[in-house]
This record gives sequence, C-alpha cells and structure tokens, in this order.
Amino acid sequence: MKKLGRKFLETLPAILLFAGLIVVWELATTVFGVREYLLPGPATVLEAMFSGEINWAGHIWVTGLAIFGAFIIAAVSGVLLGTLIAWSSVLGRALMPFLVFVNTLPKVAVAPLFLLWLGYGIVPNMMIGALIGFFPVVINTAVGLSQIDDDMVDLGRVFNAPKWKVFAKIRIPNAYPYILSALKVTATAAVVGAIVGEFVASQNGLGYVIITSQSSMNTPLAFGALIWISILGLVLFGAVAVLSRVLAPWAEGREQ
Amino acid sequence: MTGRAKMDMRLARQSIELDRVGMTYETGSGPVEALRDITLSVREGEFVSLVGPSGCGKSTLLRVVAGLRPMTSGSVVVDGAPVVRPIPKVGMVFQAAVLLKWRTVLDNVLLPAELAGLRPARYRERAHELLKLTGLEDFAGKRPSELSGGMQQRVSLCRALLLDPPLLLMDEPFGALDAMTRDEMNLELLRVWGEAGAGAGERKTILFVTHSIPEAVFLSDRIVVMSPRPGRIAGIFDVALPRPRTVETRATAEFGQYSLDIYDLLTGRQSNTPAMAGRRAPA
Ligand SMILES: Nc1ncnc2c1ncn2[C@@H]1O[C@H](COP(=O)(O)OP(=O)(O)OP(=O)(O)O)[C@@H](O)[C@H]1O
Ligand SMILES: [Mg+2]
Repeated sequence: MKKLGRKFLETLPAILLFAGLIVVWELATTVFGVREYLLPGPATVLEAMFSGEINWAGHIWVTGLAIFGAFIIAAVSGVLLGTLIAWSSVLGRALMPFLVFVNTLPKVAVAPLFLLWLGYGIVPNMMIGALIGFFPVVINTAVGLSQIDDDMVDLGRVFNAPKWKVFAKIRIPNAYPYILSALKVTATAAVVGAIVGEFVASQNGLGYVIITSQSSMNTPLAFGALIWISILGLVLFGAVAVLSRVLAPWAEGREQ
Repeated sequence: MTGRAKMDMRLARQSIELDRVGMTYETGSGPVEALRDITLSVREGEFVSLVGPSGCGKSTLLRVVAGLRPMTSGSVVVDGAPVVRPIPKVGMVFQAAVLLKWRTVLDNVLLPAELAGLRPARYRERAHELLKLTGLEDFAGKRPSELSGGMQQRVSLCRALLLDPPLLLMDEPFGALDAMTRDEMNLELLRVWGEAGAGAGERKTILFVTHSIPEAVFLSDRIVVMSPRPGRIAGIFDVALPRPRTVETRATAEFGQYSLDIYDLLTGRQSNTPAMAGRRAPA
C-alpha cells in the first residue's frame, strides 16, 4: 500500500503536466476558436475515438496484428541472426557487411517494393515493420553475447562445458539486458513500419483511417486513429518492459 | 624411504610440475612479461601458497596451471599430463567472485554440475551443506547483488568445492573477509583439504594465492615467495608447523618466526634474528 502511494507521488508530476496540456488544448480550441479541421479539441477527439461512424475495432485489430507480427518477426530473426554472428566469427564476417548495407537502406522507401512483392494486406505491413525493427536486435544480441568478462568465459572453460551450454547458461542470460533494450526500440519501430505500410496502400487499419480522413478533412477521426496507434504502441512497449522485469530483474533491479 | 617411494608413485595423480615456465601477455601497448623461469613442483595432497606483491603474476600462474592461458615457454604437467587446454577435475576460485548475477546463490553453487552435464538436483544437498559450512545457509535464495563482497567470495568458494575436485586453485579466496571470518574459513578450508585425514593420499592438492603472510603460514606445507616484474620465484619456505593446526598455532614462536622470515624476503629487510625456516632457492 505504502509502495503504491509512493509510486503515485512519483508519477504525479507527469500526470499533472499531462492534464495541464489537455486543459490548454481544450481551451485553445474553445476560447480561441481554432477550427476543428485544423485542431479538434480533446473532447471532440475522444468522441471520435468511440464513434460508430467507422469500424474502430476492425481497424485496431488489423493494425495491432501488423504491429505485433512485425515485432515478433523482428525479435525472433534479430535474436537468431545476432546469435549466429556471435557463435561463429566466420558467419559474423559474412553477415555483418550485408546487414550494415541493409540497415543503411531507407527502409520506408522499400515499402512500395514489399507491396509489389507480397501483395496487399497485412503481411507486407508486418514485413516493413520487421525490417525497420530487426537491426537493433541483431546488433545488441551480438554485442550482448560477446560483451562478457574474461573471467566468466574462463568459468565455462574450467568446467569444460560445451559451447552451446556456455551460450545457454552464461552468454545468453548475460545478453538479456542488451536484447531487451533493443526490443524496446523495436516495439516503436514496429509501429512505424506497420503504419507506413498502411499509408502506402491498404483498405484497412489505423493508418488507412488517417489517410482517408485527411482527404475528407475529418480531422477528429485522424486524431482518434493517432491516439489509438499510440495506445497500441504503449501496450507493446509496456509488455516489453514487463518482460524485461521478469527476464532480467538484475538489470532493472537498481531500483532497489 | 619406502613411504617416500610410495608417494612418488602416486605423484602422477594431482601433482603439478612447472618447468621453466614463462608467460608474456601480448597487449596493445606491447608485450608484458608476467612470469619468467618458474620451476616448481607441487606434490599430490600438498598445500602450497603463493605470496608476492601485487602484479607479480600469481593469478597468471594459476591460470597457466589451469590451462586457461597458454604459457609462452616451459611446460606444465598436471596429473601426469602436459597442460595444453583447460584441465579437468579442478576447482577454481577466481580473484573476483565471478558469480552469475541472474542466478540465486544456490543456483550459482550448482552451476558446475549443470555445466559438467550432471544432474543438479543430485547436488542440492551438498550445495546446501557447503553454504552452511560457509555461513550462508540463509542466503541460498538471494541474488549475488544482495550479498557483500566477502559473502560473494564464499559463494564462489562453495561453487569450486561442489564437485569435490582433487585439485583446488584458489586466488585470494578470503581477501574480502574480516579477520575473524577469515580465521574461521581457514580452519574450514583445512578440514575440506583433509588435514585430519590419514595421509597425503586422501588430501586435495591446493595452490593458494594470498596477500596475507600469516594466512599462508597457517595453511601451507610450503610457501612460494614471488618477486615482481617479471614474476619469478624469490624463495620457497617449508612450513614445518605440526598439524592439525589450531587457533593456538598462531600464538607460537615458530609461527611468528616463519611470518617474519617471509616478510623479510618479501621486503628485502635485513633480519637480525636467525632464520629458522628451511629456506631454499628455487630448485
Ligand atoms: N589479461 C591481461 N592482459 C595483459 N596483461 C595482463 C593481463 N593480466 C595480467 N596482466 C599483467 O601481468 C602481470 C601479472 O598480473 P597478475 O594478475 O598475474 O598479478 P597478481 O600477482 O595476481 O596481482 P594481484 O596480487 O594484484 O592480484 C601484471 O603486470 C599485469 O599487468
Ligand atoms: Mg591476482
């Protein structure tokens, strides 16, 4: 109980600032009469977020799925590639230049090609999100697996442990904090990728809502979609944060 | 004499033979000669301590013996076999505790069993016993970050002892302990070593690094004094104090004399008391 109270006090400044901004926003639209198609007030946006005008649940589902899929693909392929690079220096030397090249591509610009190759729908959007998000995971996994005390490596050698066991029991847990901090970046990148995909071409999803409401000047709807997107992003980010508490409490554990 | 011959036959087991061992680290700023011309033989069941100033190569020597770092010249033979890779059946206590921070104390102690492909469940009881022996029974479920430096060292000692290895390489295992706990741990170590056992054959072989001269005198059969840059053997002392050694041992005149002699050799001080220890140059 006491802990909860302290948590509340700690977050109070952020809550106050947030509430203050919303009030200023509302006042700006009502008192100064900013027109709705330029900047709808928070009340209008809230109304739009739940209006029956469009099928919100459907759009949220489609975009949520694209984001989640992008995240999973990026995480799994990133960890695998990173592990391969750390496992074998030959593989590392073969893969790294290629990966660096892929990373220097403006990935958003690749979106139309993905649509061309993969057709319309949710899959290309996932792939774009995965493409944007996977590089930090590869790098952090490889670095986390190699950034290890000489003594810790020696510990494995003293017991003549096979390489895979040293990876499983020592190197991989040692890399958790690195991997998890990359996954936080990936969570955000997955959102960007999914939305970009929907911008380029799609009949569904929150990105599609933004594009269509922009052309019909229905700005409250665009704002509503924007906020739904950030809620999806926050949920994913929060899930990663929880995961890192569970998997790597020692890295977070500096709180106490 | 027959007893002696018998011992030599067993010498092939956990004995250590260092022959003109040299070791040079290649660093970015050029080579660092850590060891030069180290010749030493440790008999099976013998307790040998290494003392010497910081940076004289004690940790390096342990690593070379363990096969964790290659020597650059000379040869090391352990258990009758030349050391070319990490040697088996060794318990190693690193100078830093090197605990896995994501594991509980108990799971850290059980790590050797897991790494060696043994069933950790079968070693739980022994792990608990070792933790109790080192006064850590209440910390089995804690994480290393919740322990003091001295407690972490004791966990790493338990880990080294888990599989009951016949050879122990220990790098200042009690460096971070208070004097009283240290004395207690010294006695425990002698018990684990097998001081009370019938003969050397039942004892472990221990190579022990310490900065504390009294600790070395209290524990050892022999003490190797090293001099720095590059690390060489300055002298070897036979410690003829009777065993089993007890708290009273520390209060004897002989104990003090040994300590003084080693101190003199380490510091180059001219002693005005006649040396009583059987000091001899490296063989
Ligand atoms: N990994 C390394 N790379 C390069 N040089 C090293 C390395 N480890 C040790 N050295 C050098 O080798 C020499 C001996 O080091 P070592 O750690 O063996 O000394 P030590 O006797 O254990 O010292 P201490 O009592 O402080 O632990 C030192 O000069 C040190 O700088
Ligand atoms: Mg050292």
